[in-house]
Amino acid sequence: MEEKKGLLSIFTNGIIKENPTFRLLLGMCPSLAVTTMAKNGLGMGAAATFVLVGSNLVISLIRKIVPDKVRIPVFITVIAGFTTIVQLLLAGFLPELNKQLGIYIPLIVVNCIIFARAEMFAQKNGPVAAVIDGLGMGAGFTLAITLIGSVREILGAGTWMGIPVTAKLFDPAVLFILPPGGFLVMGFLIAAFNKLADRKKSETETQEETGCAAGCPGCSKAMHGGEA
Amino acid sequence: MKELFAILIGAIFVENFVLSKFLGICPFLGVSKKTSTAVGMSGAVVFVMVLSQAVTWLVNHYLLKPNSLEYLQTIAFILTIASLVQLVEIVLKKMIPSLYKALGVYLPLITTNCAVLGSALLFVERDYTFIEAVVFGFAAGLGFTLALILFSGVRERLETCDIPKAFKGMPITLVAASLVSIAFMGFASLIIP
Repeated sequence: MEEKKGLLSIFTNGIIKENPTFRLLLGMCPSLAVTTMAKNGLGMGAAATFVLVGSNLVISLIRKIVPDKVRIPVFITVIAGFTTIVQLLLAGFLPELNKQLGIYIPLIVVNCIIFARAEMFAQKNGPVAAVIDGLGMGAGFTLAITLIGSVREILGAGTWMGIPVTAKLFDPAVLFILPPGGFLVMGFLIAAFNKLADRKKSETETQEETGCAAGCPGCSKAMHGGEA
Repeated sequence: MKELFAILIGAIFVENFVLSKFLGICPFLGVSKKTSTAVGMSGAVVFVMVLSQAVTWLVNHYLLKPNSLEYLQTIAFILTIASLVQLVEIVLKKMIPSLYKALGVYLPLITTNCAVLGSALLFVERDYTFIEAVVFGFAAGLGFTLALILFSGVRERLETCDIPKAFKGMPITLVAASLVSIAFMGFASLIIP
């Protein structure tokens, strides 16, 4: 019974408290690049979730065999393997989505979220917990980028998932589906998330931990640590 | 020659990696707080990008293509880049310690910089020749440099501004990046036929 509760909290952890996009600020490149449409966000999220779950599972299974010194190249190879699987599956079954997402599918390899979870969670926990963590983080990422995609699509094209929504009410502002709109929407959504988290914090008086402790290379948080 | 020039201008301004292709956002947001760190990071990125473009092009052309192993591109490229960065680090440490001192801390972070892998994937997609691929890498690195240094100036100014609490930190940075990105959209009309 207790274990079940633990797994549930691991799952929801990724969606709300440690939402990779809005709270940990990981994986910014795909969150900004492919979110011109809600559908693309959903597709990208699903692809990343697959890689996340797969690599978490494998890394958790081999965590005791891999020597600490070579763990980073091993992790990268595992992640790259799953990325290739996703790439081939998409090319075979969803060629249109594959075309839209373009080079951002192979770029899942260098997505900080996946590496950070491998380093922070999968290599310290058993396979079941690692899979649940992958699912939770993946769901959080998918929700976040689908939300960004929805906002951008509605404001920028007047449609949602391809269905016309506000096209008749106002002229869509094309800016939102162009690169600057990505930065803008992301900025405002993070601010909104901060505001909500702030309100919650003052209610419950809990200490909110921000930032990624993994120090995954290339990630902004790791850099701040490096500077100090 | 004309094509090379078009690639150069295109990759620096028109399809700026950071501001229009969203590649290398993490270091862009991470190290743009101070102009000095921005310069160091950009130097390391240009250096590694030129090298990695050359090496990955050779790997792709002489190893993957003849054996029809193109489906291994992602794995091959990321491992090539990772080991290249490691190698550069070791060589620089031994041979040119002064340069290592300047770039050293930024090197390990470059492996996961999507700009490096992204440009490798793009030259495959666009079928560039060796020279074109290297020029493209160099230009993309310069574009990254330009965006990073310009933006670090903007951010230094932001430090002293009165910002609503919820916007402090990342949100206001992203809004500022959006404005810089709008400015770069002006270059879109530069496209050379």
